[in-house]
Amino acid sequence: MASSIRVRAVESGGITSLKALVRHPMDSGFAKDSSGNVIPAYFIQLLTITHQGKEVFVAHWGPAVSKDPFLECRFKGAKKGDEVTISWVDNKGKSDSTTAKIG
Amino acid sequence: MIDQRRRGFLKGVLGASVVGLTVGSGLIPLRAQAATDVADWPEKAFKTPGVDETIAELYGMEASESDQISLDLPTIAQNGAVVPVSVETALPNVTAIALLVAKNPNALAAAFDIPEGTVPFVSNRLKMAETTDVVAVVISDGKAYKATQNVKVTVGGCGG
Repeated sequence: MASSIRVRAVESGGITSLKALVRHPMDSGFAKDSSGNVIPAYFIQLLTITHQGKEVFVAHWGPAVSKDPFLECRFKGAKKGDEVTISWVDNKGKSDSTTAKIG
Repeated sequence: MIDQRRRGFLKGVLGASVVGLTVGSGLIPLRAQAATDVADWPEKAFKTPGVDETIAELYGMEASESDQISLDLPTIAQNGAVVPVSVETALPNVTAIALLVAKNPNALAAAFDIPEGTVPFVSNRLKMAETTDVVAVVISDGKAYKATQNVKVTVGGCGG
């Protein structure tokens, strides 16, 4: 199965700019389905970005983050060709992870 | 028994470093090495209504207004389900950034850890129930600062 995560990381002037798009419903727990039943909250709780074993960014998310969440962050200390790993865990314990090369 | 207490204490110390209370102490490298776990998810803060109450729950302090935080979001959002919000700050030694939506059922939308070497910037897309203030909180040098901007929401984003 294709990864739920799409990443683009570009280094310029010593700063790596990373954009990630994750496919996830991010149900708020407040919405109702067509028959009026509340859709239970289902959302990513934790997303971490790791470069050479060091966490460079940690996002704790709640159900108010939009469906198919987008995140952009910037960090120093990486160079072109380095790998970054993006991982997430949701409130049902599901998780996914992907590694991308910095361009 | 003693060992359990010790675990609890260590967990407390690690938690405290997340909220920036131990900035400058030797605990920071320990925090940087330990991988963040879902167990660190600040559940109570995510279930607190109200901006000031949430900041107090999340960081254990009050935030003062700062003009050093630039909060970028639309003034009118046609679709409350997807509102792009960016935060950038010139404040030094930033360890955490949080995004709060005042009128949402629970104010906290996202809380970010900013390790050393990471630029104090983040861009994220959030859901908003109605026209609301959006608050960015930045922890700099162990103190909390905030900036607020209002966004008019035409169609709320909590009803799916």
